[in-house]
Amino acid sequence: MATLAATPASGTPIAERQPTDWTTPAMAARIAARYRAERNFRVAGAAALMIAASFLAFLLFTIVRDGSTGFQRSEARIEVQFDAATLGVDPAAVSGSKGAGPQGQAVLARADYQALLLKAAAQLGPADDTLSDAAWMELRAVLMDDPALLGQRTILWVPVRSSIDLLAKGKYDMTAPAESRGVSDREVSDWRWLAREGRLRTGLNTTFLFGADSTEPELAGIGGAALGSLLTLAVTIAIAFPLGVFSAVWLEEFAPKGWLADIIELSINNLAAVPSIIFGLLGLAFFLNFAGMPRSAPLVGGITLALMTMPVIVIAARVAIKAVPPSIRDAALAIGASPIQVVFHHVLPLALPGIMTGTIIGVGRALGETAPLLLIGMRAFVTDVPQGFTSPATVLPMQVFLWSDDVQRGFVEKTSAAIMVLMVILIAMNSVAIYLRNRFERRW
Amino acid sequence: MRLLIALALVLGLAGLAYLAGRARGNRMVTVAGGRIGAVHSRPVYHGAYVAVLALAPALVVLAAWGFVSETLIEGQVLGSLAGAQRPASGNDSEALMNEVRGLVNGDLPQAFNPLAPRLAPVYAAARSNGDMLAGALAVALLSMGGLWGWSRLRPDFRARNRVETQVRALLLLASVVAILATFGIVLSLIFESIRFFQLVSPVEFLTGLHWSPQTAIRADQVGSTGAFGAVPLFWGTIFIGAIIAMAVAIPLGLMSAIYLTQYADPRLRRWLKPILELLAGVPTVVYGFFAALTIAPLVRSFAVSLGMTNASSDSALAAGLVMGVMIIPFVSSMADDALAAVPSAMRDGSLAMGATPSETVKKVMVPAALPGIMGGVLLAVSRAIGETMIVVMAAGLAANLTANPFSSVTTVTTQIVALLTGDQEFDSAKTLSAFALGLVLFVMTLILNIYALAVVKRYREAYE
Repeated sequence: MATLAATPASGTPIAERQPTDWTTPAMAARIAARYRAERNFRVAGAAALMIAASFLAFLLFTIVRDGSTGFQRSEARIEVQFDAATLGVDPAAVSGSKGAGPQGQAVLARADYQALLLKAAAQLGPADDTLSDAAWMELRAVLMDDPALLGQRTILWVPVRSSIDLLAKGKYDMTAPAESRGVSDREVSDWRWLAREGRLRTGLNTTFLFGADSTEPELAGIGGAALGSLLTLAVTIAIAFPLGVFSAVWLEEFAPKGWLADIIELSINNLAAVPSIIFGLLGLAFFLNFAGMPRSAPLVGGITLALMTMPVIVIAARVAIKAVPPSIRDAALAIGASPIQVVFHHVLPLALPGIMTGTIIGVGRALGETAPLLLIGMRAFVTDVPQGFTSPATVLPMQVFLWSDDVQRGFVEKTSAAIMVLMVILIAMNSVAIYLRNRFERRW
Repeated sequence: MRLLIALALVLGLAGLAYLAGRARGNRMVTVAGGRIGAVHSRPVYHGAYVAVLALAPALVVLAAWGFVSETLIEGQVLGSLAGAQRPASGNDSEALMNEVRGLVNGDLPQAFNPLAPRLAPVYAAARSNGDMLAGALAVALLSMGGLWGWSRLRPDFRARNRVETQVRALLLLASVVAILATFGIVLSLIFESIRFFQLVSPVEFLTGLHWSPQTAIRADQVGSTGAFGAVPLFWGTIFIGAIIAMAVAIPLGLMSAIYLTQYADPRLRRWLKPILELLAGVPTVVYGFFAALTIAPLVRSFAVSLGMTNASSDSALAAGLVMGVMIIPFVSSMADDALAAVPSAMRDGSLAMGATPSETVKKVMVPAALPGIMGGVLLAVSRAIGETMIVVMAAGLAANLTANPFSSVTTVTTQIVALLTGDQEFDSAKTLSAFALGLVLFVMTLILNIYALAVVKRYREAYE
C-alpha cells in the first residue's frame, strides 16, 4: 500500500494535478464500460450457478422420467380354474385344515403351475404369449394363501412380459419404422388386442420393491440389493463408528505430542484422500487372497467400506470434540473427575450431535460407493435375498451398475427406479444429518 | 455361525464376570459401613476390571481363530487327499473348497466335483474340532483371567485407575488401526507390484506406448505376451480427469463461489448452497449411468453434426464433462474457503478506492487467494483422477493416445476394474498389472494431496 501512495499516477506531482473531469465523453464511456463489465461478471457468476443447478435438474428429471414407471407393472386379466388334475395335486392332501398346515403347503408349493398357466393363457386368444414368467409364481402365491380355491374359478391379474409392459407404458417410439423401434409387430398387435379387450391394467410392482435380481426385467427387484446394502452398512457402522470415535478421542484428548500422534494423523488424512478403488485393491489382496475371506460377502464389503468411512468419522468427531469448550473439562477436573471420566461423562455427550452428523455423512457416502465393492466381487448375480453376512450379496449402487450394463430395454426403467430409491434414502439420511446439526448444535 | 455363538457365549460369561466383580465391590462397601473413601473405587470399576481381564484374552483367541481357521482347515482337508488327486492350481482348489463348503452348509444340493462329497465330512469334522478347541481355549482363558482379576479385588485396590489405563490402551489401539490400514494398502500394492515387475520391466510399464493386457491362455497363441505400456492410460486419466473435467469445473466452480460469496443475498445463498452440495452427494454410479445413457449419445450426435464420421459413443468428452460437474461443488467450496481467508481490509480498501465489485474480485481477491484456489484445484484433480464409476461406465476400454475429445480413451481406474472383474488366474501379469496401476494411482494422488495441502496451509498462514 505504501508503494501505491508514493507512485504518482501520471507522472505529475499530486498537488499540481487537476481533479478528474467526469463529464467528458471519454470518461463517461469508460464508466459505462466498467459498469458493463460489472454486470457481465455478475451475470457470469449467476450463469455458472444456473448451469450447475440445471445440470442437476436435468439429471433428476431424466431419472424420474425414466424411473417413475418402474414402480408400476402392467397386468393382464385371466380367469384361472385351479384344476387339481392340471396342477397334479391330490385334493385330499390339501383339503380341510391340511391346506393351511405345513404338509398341505408343501404339496401346493410343488404343484405344476406352469401347466395351469398355459391352459389359462389360451383364453388370451392371439395374445397367449404375453404373460410373464412371474405369472405362475403369482398363481402359486394366491393358491397357497387360500387353499380353498382349489377346484374353483377365479379372476386374477397377473404380470405381463417386459415388452408388453413397456408398450403399455408408452416407452417405445411408435412413429419409428418397425425394424428400428425395438419391438416386434407381433408384440405390438398382442398389446393392441389386450388393450382393446380391456384385459390390461397398471398395478403396483411389488416384485420390484421386494424381489431380488433376475435376468428378466419384469421379475427383477431391488429388495435383495437393499438388504445387502443394509447388511454391509451394519458391518461398516459397527466397525467404523467405535474406531473413528475412539481414534478422535485419543488424538484430541490423550495423544502425547510426538511421532506416534503425527503418524496416526498422517495416516488418517491419507486414508481420507485415497481414491476409493484403492480400498478395493486392499480388500482383494488382503481380505480375499491373504486372509481367505469369502467373495461377494457383505462382511468383507462392510470392512472395506469401514476403512473408507473411518477417516470421515475421525475428522468430524475431532472437530466436534474440539468445539467443546475447555471450561467444561476444567470444571469436571476441578471437582475430581479423572481424565477418562471427563471425556466419557462430559465431552463425548456434548460432542455427540456433531459426531452423529459426520457419521451419517460418512455412511451415506459408503451407501453410494460402488468401485471398491466391484473388486471384491460384490457384482455377483444374486437371485435370492442374502441370507447372512457371509453369503453372496450385492448392494443398491452395484445393482444400478449391473442393470445399466444390461442390454434389455426393460432394465433402463428399473435402473432409473433403483436410482430413485437410492437417492431418496441418501437425501433422507442427509436431511437427518442437517436436522441433527441444526437442532443440537450449541454455540458456546 | 458357530463363531457367533462362541462370541455370544464369551460376552455372556464376561457379563457374569462383571456382575461378580461388582457384587464383590458392593460387599466391600457394605463391610466398610458405606464410609466414603473406605473403598478406593466404585463397585462398577471393580466389575469392569474383572470383565476386561476375562474378555480380552478370550476375544484375542476367537479373533485369531476366525482369521486363520479357513486357511488351516483348507490345508487339512486338501492334505487328506492323495498327492495325485490334489487340484493342480490355486483356482481349482478354491473351486473345490467352495463346493465342499456348500455341501457342508447345505447351500449346494449336489456337487459337480466327485471329490467334494468325500471331502465334505472331513471338512465338517475339521471345522467342528477346530471350533470346539478354540471355544474351549477361549472359555478357559476367560475363566482364568476373570478369577485372577476377581481374586485381586481389595478395598484399597485401585480398580478405577486400572480400568482407565485399559480404556486408554483401547483408544490407542483404535487409533493404530488407521496406521495398519495405510500399511496394509501400501504393502499389498507394493507386494503385488513387485510380482508384476518381475514379469514386466518397470521401464516398459512406465514408458511403453502400447497397452493390450489380453494375454492368451496358451503360450503358443498369437499375442501371448501382452503389452504393458501404460502411457496411454496415464494420458487418458489426465485427459479426462485433469483437462476436460477441470475445464468444466474450474470456471463453473470458481464463478459459483464468487457469486455466492460476493453477490448473492443471504436468502438466495441459503437455497443455492445446499443445491450445490447435493451435486456432491449424488453417488458416482448415478453420474456414470447418466453419462453413459444421456450425455454420451448427445456428445456423439454433436460430433456427427460437426462432420466426424468415426465419433465414438464412449467419448472422453462425455465422461470428462460429467466428472467436471461432479467436481464443481468441490472446487467451489475450496475457492469459497480461499476467498474467505483474504483479509477483508484488502477487499474494503479496493472498494474504497472506487473499484467495482468485479474489479475487486478480479484484481485483488482472486490474485490474493490464488495459492489457496490452486491448492483446491490440485485436490480436485486428485479426486478426479481417482474417480472410478463415471469412467468405467462412460469411457471406453481402448487405450488410444489421442487428444481428440470425441474419440475413446481409457483411464487407470477403468483398466483396474476391467482387469480385476471376471475370472482369471491371480498369478498372471494381466491381473497383477492392476496392482501396479493402483500403485501409480496411489502415489500420484498422494503427491498431489501432500503438495496441495502444503500450498493451502502456507497460504492460510500468510494471512494469519
